[in-house]
Amino acid sequence: MPTLARLTRGLPALAVAALFVLPASAAEIRIGLQEDPDILDPHEARTFVGRIVFNALCDKLIDTNEKLEFVPRLATSWTVSDEGKTLTFKLRAGVKFHDGTPFDAAAVKANMERAKDLKTSRRKSEIASITSVEVVDPLTVAFKLSKPDAPLLAQLSDRAGMMLSPASFDKPVGPKPICSGPYTFVERVQNDRIVLERFADHWEKDKYHFDKVTFRTIPDSTVRLANLRSGQLDMLERLAASDVKSAKGDKSLKVDSVVGLGYQGISVNINNGARADTPLGKDKRVRQALSLSIDREALTQVVFEGLFEPTGQPFPSTSPYYDKSFPPPKRDVAKAKALLKEAGVEKFSFEMQVANSPVDQQVAQVIQAMASEAGIDIKLRSSEFATMLKSQTAGDFQATRVGWSGRVDPDGNLHQFVTTGGGINDTKYSNPAVDKELNASRVVYETAARKAHFDAAGKILREDLPIIYLYLPAWIWASSAKLDGFVPNPDGMIRLANVKLK
Amino acid sequence: MWSLILRRLLVAIPTIFLVMVFVFILQRMLPGDPLLVMAGEERDPAVLEELRKLYGFDRSVPVQFLYWLREIASGNFGSSLRTGAPVTELIGQTLPVTIQLAVASLIIALLIGIPTGVLAAVKKGTWLDYVANAISLSGLSIPNFWLGIILILFVSVNLRWLPASGFVSIFENPVEAFRTTIMPAFVLGSGLAATLMRHTRSAMLEVLRLDYVRTARAKGLLEPAVVLKHALRNALVPIVTLSTLLFGQLLAGAVLTEQVFTIPGFGKLIVDAVFNRDYGVVQGVVLCTAIAFILMNLIADVLYIVINPRLRTA
Repeated sequence: MPTLARLTRGLPALAVAALFVLPASAAEIRIGLQEDPDILDPHEARTFVGRIVFNALCDKLIDTNEKLEFVPRLATSWTVSDEGKTLTFKLRAGVKFHDGTPFDAAAVKANMERAKDLKTSRRKSEIASITSVEVVDPLTVAFKLSKPDAPLLAQLSDRAGMMLSPASFDKPVGPKPICSGPYTFVERVQNDRIVLERFADHWEKDKYHFDKVTFRTIPDSTVRLANLRSGQLDMLERLAASDVKSAKGDKSLKVDSVVGLGYQGISVNINNGARADTPLGKDKRVRQALSLSIDREALTQVVFEGLFEPTGQPFPSTSPYYDKSFPPPKRDVAKAKALLKEAGVEKFSFEMQVANSPVDQQVAQVIQAMASEAGIDIKLRSSEFATMLKSQTAGDFQATRVGWSGRVDPDGNLHQFVTTGGGINDTKYSNPAVDKELNASRVVYETAARKAHFDAAGKILREDLPIIYLYLPAWIWASSAKLDGFVPNPDGMIRLANVKLK
Repeated sequence: MWSLILRRLLVAIPTIFLVMVFVFILQRMLPGDPLLVMAGEERDPAVLEELRKLYGFDRSVPVQFLYWLREIASGNFGSSLRTGAPVTELIGQTLPVTIQLAVASLIIALLIGIPTGVLAAVKKGTWLDYVANAISLSGLSIPNFWLGIILILFVSVNLRWLPASGFVSIFENPVEAFRTTIMPAFVLGSGLAATLMRHTRSAMLEVLRLDYVRTARAKGLLEPAVVLKHALRNALVPIVTLSTLLFGQLLAGAVLTEQVFTIPGFGKLIVDAVFNRDYGVVQGVVLCTAIAFILMNLIADVLYIVINPRLRTA
């Protein structure tokens, strides 16, 4: 009875499988987000929390792991050729979109073209170097570039590399996105929740253990934590640093954290309109003095319980582009005073714009107190977020407390802020030497060569200080102690592969 | 009657127009730029310029207004700049939530406010009166959001009796609906209960002084019958009026409570929209609300006429 024997042999395995699969298959994970995501169309989306949702909903060509290395997703391998002007991807076979459409090279081409051509696309500048996309064969696609573009891979590991079903393009994508990710879209109630459910045909479905994923928007961090404690959430992102102690003391909770890719600092109006005309904007020695007057270590201890990292540069210490020869600057009030004297402004005052959140206020007040000891009088102007953004771009500021959530590629943390005409260069700082180095860093692919350019630019920027870097925030997640398998990634995303609730 | 309806509708047109002008101008007087807010970190000037053109923000405000009028005339109330969701859908999602919360709050307010008010009036000057007054004063002075957070920490986090947030419709799952609504409703209701209690108390005191109450007592009626059957009924008239006013307030003013309990209500919809400078939602919601109010008033007027024939000639 060979058949029966085979059957019975399989039984224990089946039983074991049932034990493990059944509880997991009934599982749901509820994740608390700090903001409501914007439009759920990867080509139009802009928010950080939106990217968290996309990580469950959509697959991308490649991804980054916790060491910031690129790893295959929909693309299994990639090569650069033609003097850095062709980027060729081999694609995974047998992948389907949520609507059943097969994923292939033609789908990649359609997606890249949509990202480039769609009127409301926010991806245009990220993939501007792509001149055409060629379907080599159904599972090979070649991106032709106008010039070598080192940051492009990092862009393709995020929203620009997320693949939508081309069959969904004729209707608005945002209200019902159709991707190929491990979870499919079910419903969304604006400012409240986004519900996803398991995609049965996902190519990696064995790694995903939840039937249902619910993202809930709970802006207040105290309330978000209360919801985790009372069991309405299984996990939350951005636990307030001030709550970490109490959360760690709670046995039913677990706290994960990792220093992120972003930074916080002070942008000084160097040349953006009439308000740039201050000692701070005109004389780099005054900016150096301000930087020296701040005790970054104390700042992170006082406001962030020491969880955030003091810094003097825009790249996280985990990045290969971090300049180790430049440790976080130490406070030196005497030197600050000497610099001010040299600049002929022993006492002066300027206005710093600050967002009106409690934590931002606290940071600003600590800075204010420290700077006053060096003879610098900071007047704080707190603004609501929308107003602050407007005056920042319009040049209606002397200095402004800014932050950047960070990008995988170092280019994203620096180029557009300090190069002449850069998209987010609100300080209107302009230095041909910096432009030259940073532009050069874009067209070489090797890390060592790129780092040389970043180091050279960094050296000038530390002198000129259009942006005074202060600290690197950490991402802090809190979850139920039953949650298992979550890997903190410096990009702040939540990847659900291998995550389980015990 | 038909001529009245027609006249009222004609009057409604300039009213709605004025409302539209006001919302439109007030919004644009706010500092901040919707596109910048939407862009967040990614504010590539070239993209922003293109979007500005696409949404018509590059035109002058009067021209933008005319464009909006044209959209409204074609039955399109607009959609969210931020998420692309149509305004009508957003209202459909949030209004029932707020109505459920408002009804529950009002019930709680009435259940607490009227009995304590009656008690305080009847036992005027005794310790019961003072206690009731003290409680109602605290009810009025405790901020909603604070009471909400305290309740969440105590009832949900420590005791784990009720969920800390969320919303379930009563038509979907009555038990869960009760569990999710009771705390926010209590928070909202307790503040209103205080107002109701004070009004009930003074109305009752007024009525209890009247001759007919003395007559009732002189007839030898038992005190509970005097208070509940004779005095309270008359005292209730202003209370009913007040309750309807409070209900209207609840529909619009539950924002803080909705925020604390993360209830996706109507108030939260519009406040979030204002902060995000989501012009589409703010305009659409205000317009829909204005139209609804005008229609409700019209219906009320028509009903008056139907009920009360004396008004028909007027």
